[in-house]
Parts: sequence; structure tokens; C-alpha cells
Amino acid sequence: MIAPGSEAPKRKPSKINVRVLRQDGPGLPQYWERHQVDYEPDMNVISVLQKIAAQAKTSDGKKVSPVAWDCGCLEEVCGSCTMVINGRVRQSCSALVDRLVEDNPEEIELQPMTKFPVLRDLMIDRSRLFHNLKRVKAWVPVDGSYDMGAGPRISRADQEQNYPLSQCMSCGCCLEACPQFTKIELQRQPGETDESYDLRKKEAYDQGFIGAHAISQAMLFNAHPVGKNIADERMEALTGTGGIAACGNAQNCVAVCPKEIPLTTSIARAGRAATVYSFRKFFDR
Amino acid sequence: MMGNRVLVVGGGLAGLAATMKLAELGVSVDLLSLTPVKRSHSVCAQGGINSVNDLTRQQGDDEWQHFDDTIYGGDFLQNQPPVKEMAYWAPKVIDLMDRLGVTFNRTPEGFIDRRRFGGTLYKRTAFAGATTGQQLLYALDEQVRRYESEGLVKKYEFWDFLGPVLDDNGRCVGAVAQDMVSMQIRSFAADAVIVATGGNGLVFGRSTMSVFCTGSAASRCFQAGAKLGNPEFIQVHPTAIPGADKLRLMSESARGEGGRVWVPRKPNDSRYPKEIPQNERYYFLEERFPKYGNLVPRDIATREIFNICVNEGLSVDPTRMSVYLDLTHIPRAELDRKLGGILEIYEKFQGVDPREEPMKIFPAVHYSMGGLWVDYEASSSGGLLPGSPQNQVTNIPGLYALGECDYQYHGANRLGANSLLSCIFSGLFVAPGIVNLMKNNKAASDLPKSIFEKAVAVQESRHKALLANQSGDENPYLLHQELGDTMTRAATVVRDNAQLDEAYAKVLDLQARSKKCSLSDTGSWTNQNVIFTKAVQDMFPVSLSILRGARMRDESRGAHYKPAFSPPSLKSTDPAERLREAEAWCDDFEANNKKFLNSTICTWDGTEPVHSFEPIDTRLLAPRPRLYGLVGAEAIEQVWKERSASAKAKPESKQLVSAGT
Repeated sequence: MIAPGSEAPKRKPSKINVRVLRQDGPGLPQYWERHQVDYEPDMNVISVLQKIAAQAKTSDGKKVSPVAWDCGCLEEVCGSCTMVINGRVRQSCSALVDRLVEDNPEEIELQPMTKFPVLRDLMIDRSRLFHNLKRVKAWVPVDGSYDMGAGPRISRADQEQNYPLSQCMSCGCCLEACPQFTKIELQRQPGETDESYDLRKKEAYDQGFIGAHAISQAMLFNAHPVGKNIADERMEALTGTGGIAACGNAQNCVAVCPKEIPLTTSIARAGRAATVYSFRKFFDR
Repeated sequence: MMGNRVLVVGGGLAGLAATMKLAELGVSVDLLSLTPVKRSHSVCAQGGINSVNDLTRQQGDDEWQHFDDTIYGGDFLQNQPPVKEMAYWAPKVIDLMDRLGVTFNRTPEGFIDRRRFGGTLYKRTAFAGATTGQQLLYALDEQVRRYESEGLVKKYEFWDFLGPVLDDNGRCVGAVAQDMVSMQIRSFAADAVIVATGGNGLVFGRSTMSVFCTGSAASRCFQAGAKLGNPEFIQVHPTAIPGADKLRLMSESARGEGGRVWVPRKPNDSRYPKEIPQNERYYFLEERFPKYGNLVPRDIATREIFNICVNEGLSVDPTRMSVYLDLTHIPRAELDRKLGGILEIYEKFQGVDPREEPMKIFPAVHYSMGGLWVDYEASSSGGLLPGSPQNQVTNIPGLYALGECDYQYHGANRLGANSLLSCIFSGLFVAPGIVNLMKNNKAASDLPKSIFEKAVAVQESRHKALLANQSGDENPYLLHQELGDTMTRAATVVRDNAQLDEAYAKVLDLQARSKKCSLSDTGSWTNQNVIFTKAVQDMFPVSLSILRGARMRDESRGAHYKPAFSPPSLKSTDPAERLREAEAWCDDFEANNKKFLNSTICTWDGTEPVHSFEPIDTRLLAPRPRLYGLVGAEAIEQVWKERSASAKAKPESKQLVSAGT
């Protein structure tokens, strides 16, 4: 009995179709593969991938190796499990199957992020993202860890401004969505040592756009009473190659951030600070 | 010091704190982790970190009181010197994290705000919203990145620790590990190895832990000869959100900020929770424990919630056992400021706004109190001797354990907001001892290469054998599920000897079957299948130790609850008779402590754990009944008070060491 005007209860599918963009290793071609798993209530993309790993068979029954992917906390605080799901970059742990099939009952489409080198399948190498945190010296330059008493007094208003920025989990969604952040992928040369390969990557990363996450972290530490002691060093990085000037103001970053960090506010603050810094540097010469 | 290197395995709070301190002391560190260290499981810690503070001090609190609460909360199962040292360091740890830029919540005047947590009557807990672990981890991650950019720290992320390397004298001189991307296996020479690899929640299948918390690293040390301490002590957190892939934590801070746990008094009451009037709600924790209310220690809250659902039939959901955790009486703005992170998790995964509607929660496996056995050297005041290489060392010289993977700080039950403290404290405290150790030893890098080559060869043959085994018919994912189901049934909230025996036999069988795993991926590039299979195989030694430890402990203590060996509650209503019952209860309590106030020690014989007991160092605080003001237990408190007063009056009784350091 359905009361007039009320919606019919949504029918749950018994099977979930999944299309995964796979890649066997760096530099190898990508290919699509179809999988099918049994539907269960309260599933997320992680539990779908766990089932795919356990059955290791495509929907045609062909035996394949399990799909590789990265995950950690499964509650959207570690930043591991970023991928492109039905065309949108997001965390796969909080991508609930019930929501996804409402949008597209036919299938769920999983792809690796496109702005980072693929290691295998949905696993990508985000070391550039962490490297960029070094470029802006995203830390408080304390003397050391000996007991020197409490830190500086901080107002509630400042804490409430800084805490959201400090929740950045380095997931990379903002970089995937950014038109200015383009993929840098190097091939290891024959006979190249770990050290020289790492150095070459570092030099390449230093030329690329630093990204919204790093700009926001620079603003976080420039707002800290002790962090700001090296504010000029951060501004030097932000006004250099791949710095704030490379931002095209597309504002995609803030739209996709799973933690709703006010990235464009940080970028605007960084832009103003960069102008002031450049003027000061010019006149101080 | 030139040429000295330390290998730190695990980049959570403990591993990063140790790395930071070692680098500060000029030691080069190789930091190895299954995941980029910023993604370690410490990020999941929500509620906060404890210390006595300027405010609580003026209410009568001090470091000694924090120490006492921790020991009482742990049901006296800890060696006391390390716990005392930790409590006395706590204010310094929070000051340091504050200086590192942790965005702790602030009072209107700008001081660090505090909230109350379980097992104490003081507001000791500093917090950064409801993502305190994440914020503390990031602060240490940033400092380590700073040392990394200066060249003192080299990170090996996406590397799996396969085992320690021991020299001919049994000293740990490094480790073997595997790159999870290229699958390369290699050795790391190290003058000391620190294992800080967290808990083992995954042996229970689903828990509040991250997917990396398999306990495999600790298990590999155990299988190499390290002892385990108190493995049977597993914390089941009272409030978690049930889920298909994970049981997500709902922080104790929800209750610390005023959240109330209740069920309708009437079974199967189908009314919308907010329509149920106050007098028809059963606030069972508040009624039974008026002094501590919703903030009784976790083991007690968990048993009460379990009992309400399982034995009293008062679950609020007929299909999925749960009770209400209610925050709806607290203003939205305050909830968002202090608990935002966890409320978003509930909203995102349950689709219900917990500011409007009570949450539905149920207990879940959360923390391993037990772990690798570690040593300590006490100071004359009953704390730890700073700079002693004995602190935090396992029974294998040169191999250290810190954080959740050691057994040292939390006894039979951990108090909320003490884990972040124990991790950071042990990380900071261990470093000077390791520096002193290295002064007296030959550098591991000068040892003959053959020691390392042999260790690598062992791991390579294990790896190759797994890939080559195509005749087996066991699926590692399904074996893991079976293990999780078995462990959850037998070794969580309630334990029973017949059930433990049955589970032990079952797990032994699973262990044998796990040798016949056939892999669906036999490739040599980013093979997650083989890494997982090894982790599953290494879950069995730990699982068997948990079951054996529980089987041999015929008592109830903290999180370990055996109804068949629990003292009965007082029954008589006649005051004189009730007092006699209380006397008998206290006699039993003392007799039981003589038998079981011991640490469980397990060693590994190749197939099964070997069990023994080790006495506990209670030099500072005498054990006492752990009642938390339970209604109906007043007579026991009274009898115990009289006994301890008369014991103190006797000149031959052991003097309690005073609180001063």
C-alpha cells in the first residue's frame, strides 16, 4: 500500500557493476575492465574494491589479478584513498554506493587520479605533493623539543581561522581539479641510481605549480606567532617559479576539497602578501 | 657518533616523536612505513590528550593524581615507574605540542581549553576540535619533514617491515624490509631498531583501526624471539558506528562534552527518540555510576552497553544492536566548535545529523593495551632513569618498541586521551637512551655483510614460495574473515573458557590452512595480494597469544571479563550481613591479586605461544578494588578503607613512596 503522492521505495540492485581503469605499471597502457559484486547495504567504494580483490574475477568470469588501490583510515581523515569516481575526484571511503547508484544505477566508474604518475591501477605516486610542503617550509621553526614552557597565547578567533587549514590531509583533490597543476612524470633511466633519480624528480617538481594545498599551508604557518619568523622564506617560494602567479583562479580547488578548507581565501591572502613582499623586496634592494 | 644510524619502523605519533628527538640529537634516522607517515593511524585519534594543568591543579589535581587515575583505570596491571614518569611529563608534552603549532581549542582568554574524559573527575584533556590525533601527528610530521629537508631523516614510505636482523649474539643490528611498489627486498643496517607500528585491531576483522593495523610488524618481532606482554588485553570502545567495511569511532569526547547514553525503558519502543519523555528513558550509566556517570572507564561502559542490549533486550534498533548517544541538548555552535570532526563523520556515513537526532552506537574493538614486552630502569624516586638504554627495549638488545605496540602504560584498560600521551612521551623519552647505547657499540654498518645477506635470503625465499604456490586452495581474504569472526566471538567483551578453547583450536587450524594460500596475483610489481597474505599469516601468532593469555587468566580485570570468575555482587539487605559479605569480597580480592596480579608473558615456539606470568612492580601504589562508586558497592569501599588504614598503621608494612620527584 503506497499512500498517494508518496514516492515508491527505491529498489536496491542485487548486483553492482564496476568499471575500473587499470594499468599494470608506470609507462604501460591503461585499459578498462568490468567487475561485478553483490550488493549489500551500507557499502562504500572501499568495500566494493575489497570484494573485487577477494574474488579476483572480471564480470565475464576471467581470472585477473586484484585491482591495486590505496586506503587507510576509511573515515576520511588520512587522505589515502583519493580517486576519480564517476568522473569526480574524491575519497573512496566516503563514496557511498547507495548515493552512487542513485546518480547512475548502471555502473560505478573508477579511475586513478590523472595529475600524478600511476604506480599500478588506482595507486598513484603523490610524493610531489609532500615535496611541495618542503618548498614552503610548512612547519613552525622551533629551537628544538626541550621543555621551554607553553607556546604563545592564541586567541579563539585565530584558532578558529587556523584549525580548518590545519585539517588538510594531503589527499590531492585540489590538485586533480586544478587546470594549472599538470602531471610531471619522469622515467627512470637505465643504470640511474636512487639518489640521482630522486634529485632529478625534485628538480622537476620545483619547476611545477606548487598547488592550492601548499599555498594554504604557507598561509597557516605565516599566521602562527612563531611560524611567521620565516614568513619571508615562504613568500620567496610563493613568488618564485611555480608559485602563486601560476594560479589561474579557476576556483576548482575549493569546490572539490573534502574537508571544505577555504583554499581560495588562502590563495587570495597569499596573493596580497606576495604583492607586499615583492614591493618590499624591490625597495629594500 | 659518526656513522650511527637508527631505523624507526612506523611513522605514527610514537615513531615520529622518536625520529624528531633522535634527529635533534644529531642521529641519522631511516624512517620506514607502510604508508606516507602523514597518513598513519594516529590521525584517527579524536578526543584529546591528558595532562594536569594550571586549572585542575587549583582544584586539587596534580601529576600524582593523574598517575593514580591511570593505574586505577588500568586495574593495577602496569609496572608503575613508566606510568609515573609519563604522568609527570604530560604537561611538558602538551607545552611542546603547543609550541609546534597544534591548533588546540582555546578559552575566550586564549588559554588551551580542556574537557573531561573517562576515568577521572578533572578536566585534563587538551583537544583540537575532534581531530586531536590528526593535529598532533601533523605537527610532528612537519618537524620530521624539516629534518628530512636537512638530510638527517630518510623516509622509506610504502615499505613493509619483514623482521629484525640479529647478529650471532642475538643483538638486533637492523631489519629486512620490502618496497611495496617495486617488491624489492633489502636489509637496513641500524645500531638500534625502533618498532612503533601500532595496534593489531585487524585480527578481529573489523575494528576502529586503519587497514594497516594488522599487528604484523610486532608479530614478526615476536616470531624472531621478542616477548609479548598482556596480549589478551584488548580495549573494546563503548561507542562506535557500525559499518560494512569498518566500525568507525565515535569519540569519548562526545560524552566528555555532555553527551548522554540512554535507551527507552520499554523494550522495542518504536517511538522516534525525541518523542520519548525523560522519565521513560533509562540513562543506565548515570543511574548505576552516579559519581562518574557517562564517563566511567571504557571497559565498564562497554560491558554496560553490551549487557543492556544482549541480556536486557533494550537495544534501540531491532535489527542492529545499539544504544542512543545523545547530544541534541547541546547548542549547535558549541557542538561544531568542539566536536565538528566526529559529527561530520557520523553525518557523512549514516546520513543523519547527530545535532538533531541521537546517534546509534555500539562497542567495537579499538586498542591493544598489550603488545611487545619492554624493559625500564627505575629512578630513585620511582619514575624512570632518563637516558638509560634499558627504557623501552624489548628482550632483544637493540630492538625497541614504542606506542600502541608496546605493553607498558595502560595495563588492563586504557583511559581515554592517555594513548596520544604515551605515544609522544615514549618517543621523546627513548631517544637519549639510544644515543647512550650507541656510544658503547660497534657500528652496525661495520658488521660482516653475510649477516644481512642471510636475513634477506630468508625473506626472499618466503616471498618466492608464496608466489610459486599454485596448488593451494586457500583465499587469504576469506581466511582473514574467518579469523576475525572467531576472535570477535571469543575474545572481546565477554570471555568463557570453553569458547576460548574452541577458538584456539580453530585458529590453530586456520594457521595451518594459511600456509596453503594461493595468490590471485603472482606478479612482481605492486603486488598487494602477497603483502596482505604475509600479514594474514603473521596475524596467527598474535591471535593465539591473545586467546592463550585470556584462557590462562581466570579472573576479571579491566577489559578482560570472565563472568565465571567474577566476584558476586553483595546480596544481603541486612547491614551487618552485608558488611560480612563485603569482608569476604575483600578477602577474595586479595587472594585473587596474589594469583593474577601478574603480567602475561608469551614467547613463540614456532607453532604456538608459550605462556608464563611475571610479577608487577607496584612499588608506588597498593592495589585496591576498582569500583568507581558503583551503586550497591559502598560496603566494599568501607571495608577496604578500614583495611588499608590498619595496614598503614602497622610499622612493618611497606611504606608508600611519596609523590615528589
